[in-house]
Amino acid sequence: MDLSIIIENLPIYLTGLKNTIILVSISLALGLLLAVPLAILRNYGSPLVQLPIRAFVYFFRGTPLLVQMFLVYYGFGQFDLLKESLLWSFFREAYLCALFAFTLNTAAYTTEILRGAIKATPHGEIEAAMAAGMSRYLMVRRIILPSAFRRALPAYSNEIIFMLHGSSLASVITIVDITGAARIINARFYSPYEAFLTAAVFYMAITFFIVFLVKKLEVRWFAHLQPQSSKAAIEAPP
Amino acid sequence: MFSLHGYGPSIFEGTILTLEVSLASLFIAMLLGISGALAKLSRARSLRLVSQIYTTIIRGIPDLVLMLLIFFGGQVFINQLGPMLGYDDYIDINPFIAGVSTIGFIFGAYMTETFRGAILAVSKGQLEAGTAYGMSSFMVFRRITLPQMVRHALPGFGNNWLVLVKTTALVSIIGLDDMVRKAGLAAGATRKPFTFYLVVAINYLLITTLSIYILKQLERRYSVGVREF
Repeated sequence: MDLSIIIENLPIYLTGLKNTIILVSISLALGLLLAVPLAILRNYGSPLVQLPIRAFVYFFRGTPLLVQMFLVYYGFGQFDLLKESLLWSFFREAYLCALFAFTLNTAAYTTEILRGAIKATPHGEIEAAMAAGMSRYLMVRRIILPSAFRRALPAYSNEIIFMLHGSSLASVITIVDITGAARIINARFYSPYEAFLTAAVFYMAITFFIVFLVKKLEVRWFAHLQPQSSKAAIEAPP
Repeated sequence: MFSLHGYGPSIFEGTILTLEVSLASLFIAMLLGISGALAKLSRARSLRLVSQIYTTIIRGIPDLVLMLLIFFGGQVFINQLGPMLGYDDYIDINPFIAGVSTIGFIFGAYMTETFRGAILAVSKGQLEAGTAYGMSSFMVFRRITLPQMVRHALPGFGNNWLVLVKTTALVSIIGLDDMVRKAGLAAGATRKPFTFYLVVAINYLLITTLSIYILKQLERRYSVGVREF
């Protein structure tokens, strides 16, 4: 093990870290934004609306992310119509292709997670909302979604970590994320242990940080489910 | 668009290889999973610690990084080890072995969690009854725990299998001729990447759909004798 290689080339890893964080956070944010309406329509839409959403989720959950990324990055170039249009300046960039594929992928998984969470809304809550005279829109916004988000949080935290790990695939299409940085170092110095173990440490640190954040969020969102005694202990003056 | 330009058989060979890699990895993952689960539930602290470290590390590192580490790192390791044992030729790591062992190692950790939960779901009274009959702990495991944990393990096992099949796409990166790489080669020659990757995507969908069907049948079979509510 020669750690001086890593220390000297730390800037490459930091560039990689930046790219990983940007890729993961943007695709997660856009994916979630897409998934919320899709999950609502998947539950409450007409069968005609549900069908394409089901097909979308089925395709993206049933095929490897690597293949999805290749379909976008290599595959879209097959269509002359697309190549001549303005969109091509978007799909020409490896970075944006990865972002596009990751966003659709996480949107599909998140739709499925939210669909289950929405479906599991207790009947009582819906009946109470109807009895209070809420419109359908108000009911979704105030009752169904907040309670569904709570139920979805544990599964969604898994999805965040899967997306973080999946983002390492971006290195395959020339993007310098953390894995990409490791591949550069390995190719330059032929030092696979140092290169990839450093990448592994970076990923582990991010993973544990995410787990920590989700735990914090869980405490906040599930505050009403905490046992009374522990609440009293928190409120008690020191 | 859907002419395969004579690359159909080549993609088919790749599909067979994908299935081989999947099944071989599954075998390793199940062995590691059972051992990991027993270690996690064992009375020995050191065993519990080792299995805990194993599952924690695997969940923290991306599959691709582990695979590259084992493929490139293993290459260096074996070639450092070789001369020490008096073997001087350069040794190439077979990508099949690197791929299968990495995927097996990764999914062994997920299987550990699945099997651990399934073993815990078998009611304790039955195990005690087995011991009371004078069965050895191995016999209790084989006759009482194992047949009953299958039912509880199947849903998690099925999920792991579906994810595992998709993870095998990574072996194309370390140069194994699975269907993704075959599609890449065909795409390069014909300039029809979308067509070939779409064919591969459909192949994956077929494999997962068939798997889900078989798993449903198995679940039904192993739930015989369980009251349905």
